[in-house]
Amino acid sequence: MNAAAALLAVADLSMRFGGLRAVDALSFEARRGEITAVIGPNGAGKTTVFNCITGFYRPTAGALTLRHPDGTVYDLERLPGFKIASRARVARTFQNIRLFAGMTVLENLLVAQHNALMRTTGFGIGAVLGLSRYPAAERAAIDKARFWLDAIGLLARADDPAGALPYGAQRRLEIARAMCIDPVLLCLDEPAAGLNPRETDELTGLLLRIRDGGCTLLLIEHDMGLVMRVSDHIVVLDHGRKISDGDPAAVRADPAVVAAYLGEGDEDEAEPVAEGIAAPEIAAPELR
Amino acid sequence: MPVLTRLLGLLLVLVVLGWLVFVFVTGTPYALQQLVNGVTLGMIYGLIAVGYTMVYGIIGMINFAHGDIFMVGAFLSLIALIALSSLGVTSVPLALALTLLFAAAIAALYGWTVERVAYRPLRGSFRLAPLISAIGMSITLQNFVQVSQGARVKPMEPLLPGGISLLNDPDFAVQLSWMQIAIVVTTLAVLGVFTWIVTRTPLGRSMRACEQDLKMAGLLGIDTDRTISLTFVLGALLAAVAGLMILLYYGVIDFYIGFVAGVKAFTAAVLGGIGSLPGAVLGGLLIGLIETFWSAYFSVQYKDVAAFSILVIALIFLPTGILGRADVEKV
Repeated sequence: MNAAAALLAVADLSMRFGGLRAVDALSFEARRGEITAVIGPNGAGKTTVFNCITGFYRPTAGALTLRHPDGTVYDLERLPGFKIASRARVARTFQNIRLFAGMTVLENLLVAQHNALMRTTGFGIGAVLGLSRYPAAERAAIDKARFWLDAIGLLARADDPAGALPYGAQRRLEIARAMCIDPVLLCLDEPAAGLNPRETDELTGLLLRIRDGGCTLLLIEHDMGLVMRVSDHIVVLDHGRKISDGDPAAVRADPAVVAAYLGEGDEDEAEPVAEGIAAPEIAAPELR
Repeated sequence: MPVLTRLLGLLLVLVVLGWLVFVFVTGTPYALQQLVNGVTLGMIYGLIAVGYTMVYGIIGMINFAHGDIFMVGAFLSLIALIALSSLGVTSVPLALALTLLFAAAIAALYGWTVERVAYRPLRGSFRLAPLISAIGMSITLQNFVQVSQGARVKPMEPLLPGGISLLNDPDFAVQLSWMQIAIVVTTLAVLGVFTWIVTRTPLGRSMRACEQDLKMAGLLGIDTDRTISLTFVLGALLAAVAGLMILLYYGVIDFYIGFVAGVKAFTAAVLGGIGSLPGAVLGGLLIGLIETFWSAYFSVQYKDVAAFSILVIALIFLPTGILGRADVEKV
């Protein structure tokens, strides 16, 4: 593992809620230009990790270091919320859809370019005064929005309210909106949830396209077919701890992973399955 | 019983409309005059109501100090007008334009400060905390003006006397004063600019995004604190314009005008559907018209009772206001 290629380094991350250790001394790396999947049974702490990375939670302990390609280093656990997107350029999507439903598809993508627009327009004063640089900046923003609308096949619906789109299209729009902040790291929380097989195939193509464009992806996903197809690197969590870490083939062969998913843990013998957090979500054949 | 309620509401609307048709047919000029007066007053209420509805939309809080920002705007206008006349500015349009700029700028500063001092530290606290803080802020501003400007009513001579008469009936001429024209035109212009800012500029877009999902807006890199501050600044700007208008229209102000005007504008915002910008203006117009018509045909003393009774009745029949959207439970 080449340390210089690590874009995001998670070191000894712990998040405690009262007595519950949602994440316990977790360390892993997301390497630049790769898709890193974080998998694990429900309640394993995957979304908590995302919430720490994107500033929703302040970690109880540990460090989240983001190293931009230009060498700038950001300590994500210390940045105020909105700067994680505007400075460190980390974008994320949620398990549930959080589009601005009342705004148009295009406006959703323009909102994400707010900072770029505000900078070129003197924080909106230029826009209010109608300075000549403003239309050019706005046009550039619209061009970028069109690029992503084209990529997700929604160009024709640019002026429709985002809430009126079908479910699958809304999911793709969320990804496009996240890409409009020009992220170096894109965190996707179950992007394939609720998609039909055809939509999942389209999503696969989109994810690979984003990766090939130079953006690093961090992916939480339960659809093992998708994970195995796109991931360069997989981190497996269970009960807030890392139980496996490696390329897809290695993780698939790891007995600890199989045990965690089937709930017959050799590590967890003291804890009966019925009381354990994880119900086996993915059948073993699918994993193999 | 929704059917019965709806029937009752319909009946009520029909009665009011029937009565309006009756007064317009029997005494056209007088009724027209009331319409002109009501629209003028309603515009002013609408300007203030926009501030309430905007802040509610974005952080779900009723900014009770907003009416007092309006009062401060009226005092700033008076100070500016007196200062300009003592400086020898004789051109009325120039004096008004300068006053508008001065009052709006300083009131915006007040709006920003109120948010920064009294509301932002309480963000993330329990829901009632900023509300109580707002009531405190309202009393603070009132007492500040009372102490610094005195408690007596401040009169001002009419700046733009005269007007044009429409419909010269031998008994009654409909007067459209220059002042009323100026108020309506300025209000429409200010609302036009404001609508453009909200719908077309990056600032307006980020304000709408924050209104819909504050956390998500933050995750897209929007500085939500700054957007909220700017919302207060914009609301205060509009309130200051309304303050100048009320000073010009009534010619008297005191430190207490913010309370009643604020409550009425809040009523207008609720009537129009809180959170909706066109609703705020529509609600303001309705409250202005109700108040004027009630004063003209029934009793001036009870005009506030009429305005607020309408609110109660409207809320029974239209709980989300005229243009408000019912909160759809997310599944």
